[in-house]
Amino acid sequence: MSAQAVMGADDILIDVTGLCVDYGLGDGAVHAVVDAELTLRRGEVLGLAGESGSGKSTLAYAITRLLRPPGVITAGQARFGSSVNLLTAGQRQLRGLRWNEIAVVLQSSMNALNPVLSIGTQFSDVLRAHRPEMTRATRRAKSGELLEMVGIPADRLGNFPHELSGGMRQRVMIATALALDPSVVILDEPTTALDVVTQREILEELMALRDRLGFAVLFISHDLSLLVEIADSIAVMYAGRLVERAGANAIFRAPRHPYSLGLLSSFPSLHGPRRVMEGIPGSPPDLRNAPAGCSFHPRCGFAFDRCRHDPPPLLDLDAGTRAVSCWLQDGTAMVPAELARAVPAGPAVAAGQPGSADPAPIGGQP
Amino acid sequence: MTVIPVERAERADQGGRPVLEARGLTKHFPVRHGARQAVVHAVEDVTLTLPDGGITAVVGESGSGKSTLARMLAQLIKPTAGAVLLDGEAAPARRRYARQVQLVLQDPFSSLNPVHSVRYHLARPLQIHGVNGARNGPRNGPGNQQSLDSLVTDLLTRVSLTPAEQFAAKYPHELSGGQRQRVAIARALAVQPRVLLADEPVSMLDVSIRLGLLNLLAGLREREGLTILYVTHDIASARYLADVIAVMYAGEVIESGPAAQVTDQPAHPYTQLLLSAAPDPDRTQPPSLAGRGATPNLIRPPSGCRFHPRCPHAMQVCAQNRPPAVEVALGHSSACWLHAQGLTPAQSQPLPGAGRNTDHQPGPDAGPGPTSGKE
Repeated sequence: MSAQAVMGADDILIDVTGLCVDYGLGDGAVHAVVDAELTLRRGEVLGLAGESGSGKSTLAYAITRLLRPPGVITAGQARFGSSVNLLTAGQRQLRGLRWNEIAVVLQSSMNALNPVLSIGTQFSDVLRAHRPEMTRATRRAKSGELLEMVGIPADRLGNFPHELSGGMRQRVMIATALALDPSVVILDEPTTALDVVTQREILEELMALRDRLGFAVLFISHDLSLLVEIADSIAVMYAGRLVERAGANAIFRAPRHPYSLGLLSSFPSLHGPRRVMEGIPGSPPDLRNAPAGCSFHPRCGFAFDRCRHDPPPLLDLDAGTRAVSCWLQDGTAMVPAELARAVPAGPAVAAGQPGSADPAPIGGQP
Repeated sequence: MTVIPVERAERADQGGRPVLEARGLTKHFPVRHGARQAVVHAVEDVTLTLPDGGITAVVGESGSGKSTLARMLAQLIKPTAGAVLLDGEAAPARRRYARQVQLVLQDPFSSLNPVHSVRYHLARPLQIHGVNGARNGPRNGPGNQQSLDSLVTDLLTRVSLTPAEQFAAKYPHELSGGQRQRVAIARALAVQPRVLLADEPVSMLDVSIRLGLLNLLAGLREREGLTILYVTHDIASARYLADVIAVMYAGEVIESGPAAQVTDQPAHPYTQLLLSAAPDPDRTQPPSLAGRGATPNLIRPPSGCRFHPRCPHAMQVCAQNRPPAVEVALGHSSACWLHAQGLTPAQSQPLPGAGRNTDHQPGPDAGPGPTSGKE
């Protein structure tokens, strides 16, 4: 949370406004991302939550300009720092930026390693491409250092990917991403295919490295309960739109958007009495045939007339610390109690029985 | 929002009449290991009882043998040793058995045939097993076809795919993941089985629709008294759905008991590790993991307790002998020498270096074993 305390224009690493991404052209285009807004500050961990097809990966690809046809960026702005416009940058400028400043660990990156090259060779490739001045010996030493940094002995540089377990391959991917000391690391579902214990170990290592090296993280995951634990702030996406953005604790304790509320009540708790939970009725929309108005309205228990016709804008709430895209929160409608809980003070929910403070069960029948 | 009725929780303790039982089930898969033949000890001496109308969860990480166990219970693979008992007797042969016990697979994107309609998927088991005279053939009359259609409609309604007529005409690619999994469940229900084995039924689905499917399973048990085995890697969902949780590690059941008790007061060090690693937004401090590392290579499983190389409490005896399952509370048992000897974790005399094992051990065998499936 410390990152939010020190606000200033200099701290903003990535600033995205009004970003739209389509797949395909013309009338048949699928609007994968619509009007996305994101701000990533120095040293911050920003969680990007959403289900499959919500556009969270597309957004990351668009920011890094890794989007492949038929993906097209149709509108918006994305800046890196104060000077670089990511969306208009030429190949040479992007080349200088990628890996040096913005590193990406892609989904299922365990399979992104080249199976016929040793780990050491793959490290060397990165260093040779971006740091041509390095000698072979320095590259070798640096590769060993990187591997040790993620908790793998340097003598495994000679190993091939198939000789490593899934968790180790994922660690190698994280180490390569950190090879050039970037200021932003984008992690797309980095631990989804791993067992919980391995996932936890990797997250621990990642957070320790973040504390040491000070990079900012854009952490993309479908697992909101995990993001609440590790992120400073969280942005929730649904059907290509950003529906809510707030501090991790605020979103967990006091969600303002019905979808965030529903998503939170889709994770059974490990504590307390066992309760019947409802999740969210229906299923995510087909983007080729998205509903009119708010795209969540067919599944929303609070939907009223306006939701069916007008898509809600992203509204600033709570003195600009959070943003919500829901007609319930525009000041004219009656806000249901579930969506109007007070945000607990302080960074952590801290002492006592967590959760017991709020007798209203999460995710009640609307 | 209702609290789960007390009867539902209590039923587990009373332990209804066992319908399906695994007695000392063991599965060794032969594999080629270098030039020699080797054996993967996938499941070792597992005894598990599915009480009538109960939901039993098997929780474990990849490679723990949970899916192998489910497949043995479905008689898709033959156990190396041990027996599957239905109603206390040796299980009948394949087709008669399939009428009682059905399996639902993890991936609804590959378990349905893309060239067939939903109606076809549901009609086939009805015809093959001759449910309610719905046997179809060259001589089937129009009346027969009608009863087949009404059975299909009924099945779709039971899994909440309505309007059923519309869904029956659809093809798998027209359905979402959650709807496909409902079709897969309906197909399993077609033969009116008494036991449903669900192998990771929700792990491929979007987060927001998982609960809907779990609630469907709970409803089938509640309304129709179906006995369910729920295989999962997600201990929170097991706590939500099941009466009884059995935790597996490296092919063995290491702890079992009433669901809330196993998750609230885990006895076995591995269960404790699993719970401490699970995502939990209520957590106020980062968890500390006791017993890092990965599941062992099952070609040469560790001697004694298979968890001992990672266990923070490992003692001399743990490396030598396999711990017996000891009852730590009513209906709650743990296979750990701490409990077998009546010790508390504080009283254990861990070996030097206990629990410091990691998955960074050198050697090519540190990679995923042949049994580790994808999650």
